Amino acid sequence: MTAGGRPGGGNGFGGSNDGGGNWDATPWSVPARAYHTGMWMGIAGIVMIFAAFTSALVVRQGLSTDWVTTAIPRILFLNTAVLGLSSLTLELSRRSLRTRRDAAFARWLYLTVALGLLFVAGQLAAWKELASRGVYLSSNPSSSFFYLLTAAHGIHLLGGIVALLTLALRTQMIVAVPKKRVAVEVTAIYWHFMDALWIYLVILLLVRL
Amino acid sequence: MADVQAEAVHVHHAPTGWIRKYVFSLDHKVIGKQYYFLALFSVFVGLFLSILMRWHLVWPDAHIPLLHWLSATGAPNDQMTPEYYLSVMTMHATLMVFFVLTTAPQSGFGNYFLPIQIGAEDMAFPTLNMLSFWTTFVALMVLIATFFVADGPPLSGWTAYPPLSGLGSVTGPGEALGQDLWIVSIALFCVGSLLGALNFIATLLELRTRGMKLMRLPLTCWAWFITAVLALLSFAVLFSAGVLLLLDRLGGTSFFIPAGLVVSDRMIPGHQGGSPLLWQHLFWFFGHPEVYIAILPGMGITSHILSCFARKPIFGYKAMAYSMMAIGFLSFCVWGHHMFVSGMSPYTGFAFSIMTMAIGVPSAIKTFNWLGTLWGGRLRLTTAMLFSIGFVSLFVTGGLSGLFLAQPPVDVNLHAGYFVVGHFHMVMGVAAIFGMIAGTFFWFPKMFGRMMNETLGKIHFWITFTGVYCIFMPMHFLGIAGNIRRYSRFTEVAFLNSPHILNVHEFMSIAAFITGAAQLIFLFNLFWSMFRGKKATENPWEATSLEWTIPSPPPFDNFGGRHPVVRHGPYEYGVPDAAEDFITQDSAEAAAAGS
Repeated sequence: MTAGGRPGGGNGFGGSNDGGGNWDATPWSVPARAYHTGMWMGIAGIVMIFAAFTSALVVRQGLSTDWVTTAIPRILFLNTAVLGLSSLTLELSRRSLRTRRDAAFARWLYLTVALGLLFVAGQLAAWKELASRGVYLSSNPSSSFFYLLTAAHGIHLLGGIVALLTLALRTQMIVAVPKKRVAVEVTAIYWHFMDALWIYLVILLLVRL
Repeated sequence: MADVQAEAVHVHHAPTGWIRKYVFSLDHKVIGKQYYFLALFSVFVGLFLSILMRWHLVWPDAHIPLLHWLSATGAPNDQMTPEYYLSVMTMHATLMVFFVLTTAPQSGFGNYFLPIQIGAEDMAFPTLNMLSFWTTFVALMVLIATFFVADGPPLSGWTAYPPLSGLGSVTGPGEALGQDLWIVSIALFCVGSLLGALNFIATLLELRTRGMKLMRLPLTCWAWFITAVLALLSFAVLFSAGVLLLLDRLGGTSFFIPAGLVVSDRMIPGHQGGSPLLWQHLFWFFGHPEVYIAILPGMGITSHILSCFARKPIFGYKAMAYSMMAIGFLSFCVWGHHMFVSGMSPYTGFAFSIMTMAIGVPSAIKTFNWLGTLWGGRLRLTTAMLFSIGFVSLFVTGGLSGLFLAQPPVDVNLHAGYFVVGHFHMVMGVAAIFGMIAGTFFWFPKMFGRMMNETLGKIHFWITFTGVYCIFMPMHFLGIAGNIRRYSRFTEVAFLNSPHILNVHEFMSIAAFITGAAQLIFLFNLFWSMFRGKKATENPWEATSLEWTIPSPPPFDNFGGRHPVVRHGPYEYGVPDAAEDFITQDSAEAAAAGS
């Protein structure tokens, strides 16, 4: 290979592993830890998106004379419970995978997807209820933030549902290849974050709207 | 989670097929080049737009040949309308800030060299990397599309302040579809940036090879890492602001639009209670970290290159790393200095002023350390070195004018004038560009396996260095004299319509034409050298970081299937007892203590 040497003992490419251990010959792979770090960084980004929305809400409310309180549709509490339950089922799924109960792993996973979809349906029902009362996105700033925050959360949650579905369709492979488990781990982190984010948003909507 | 951490995932395979190799490549080196060429395209479009602006400012009634082809409504008879001048200005800035300064230094060079400099085979998430690039590419296409829609590009500046940007076509040509597309383009760009940032952070934290402790990282890696953190936290806020603006425009909301607006004698119905200031806060909370995103990689590259060509370790490595962290942190605390005249309480202004001046401290530490690196060095004045020294010069010039602007009472006078334009062009439009050009000359041999022409490089350097001072220094004096910015012509304003203003503009424009033309030397050098440059060896610069221990250009998996073990710090130059005057990071040779 190359003839250009480096001083001090390294013999460039094509040379053998010298006794000084100048080369690490273990095959390269991305450690599972990296996926965790990546997911947490992604979550940091999403936190900033909602921090910006929160800031906009606080400022807009503080400045306005046209704020009309939006009555939160009661179904939101049911939806919150559904999402919380889905976090529980996801945890059960994850632990089943850990303890090699493969059928249970797949079952709880599908249940989580179903609960996630139920949550989204519940959110759409909440929107319908508001619309039936004549409260739309542009009705007043309070309703604008209601739709904005629930939509933003919902879109991110749909992404989570797609991820969960992808896992659910590949349970065979995940069970067979241990190193694929990290996909379940990081998806679970994302899903639990979506749950925690929703709880924060519900409180924000209740207190502020 | 111990078992999860111990088991690694993802094995690296060589690409096959033309599409996989060159288009939808997962190889960080290809993606880095893709970003670089995207930026190269954008910078020449942006440069062309700036030439149009400089031409119009001095000869506002001139017929600029073929301009009607670019926009029939914006330039009937090849004469630029005032509105179209603002559209050209908006696109110039948007292209330059986003698609040049945020792509090439970070996503271009960073993608190519971060994995190699830390001893990895690729980024942590290659597929995400590829998606980031193509998202950015689509964002660019959407932005360019605004030139060709009916009403043309938006005219609200890269800052897109509402209500001007929030009301649609009533506020001017380009404010309908053009502005919508602009927002969509920027939103896409935000997504690409966020995904890229998380990739950089995960890669740097988790994929360093054995022995590559954090304090052995080249300063380029520190810069890319800190920049990625800034990007992750700030682009998210811009994304949110963009969503809110789009909702105001298309969804009938009033986040930013107050009641009772009258535009061109027409009452604007349907909005009330919104705050344009809210946009400014959100935008500049992003906007200030953004300018540090633009400059930090250049700082890293400068440190890296100055050390190599002075044949001396960087002066104060730890101070350099910590200074960049300080700059990164403080960049989130100063956004109000863009808003001194917005009606804020003087106490708030005072707080932002103090924080802004505080950023001067780590910046000054870096500057003195660069000078300390040069002092007593055995300088090799290659083109890369010249551009790096030029970076230091321009960063000092541009940075000093920032300290003036940091004083609210002074800023009251200078805000929205040419002093500001001179300031930010010096730091962003020139210093950051010099960092990129220095990086190009330095890393070209590694990327393309050939050397760039040094003679052409030096000619390009001296014309450009002289030229940019001729273009941007006078702007400071014009600003002090009261020259307002974002005006398409000065002949309509009595105190500006005088020789001592207009002649300066003519001087700057001519300097701009010459300097702009000189960039073609660089372009020629770049492409000619790719095919006809002298073949490069593995380490033509006798540099120490890991990219110089592999072939030029590198194989697809960088290190030929094996991974270096790092034993030394990144700047072991001028080592007294070494076989040559430097020690590469993975060398088995013993080094001085403390690496």
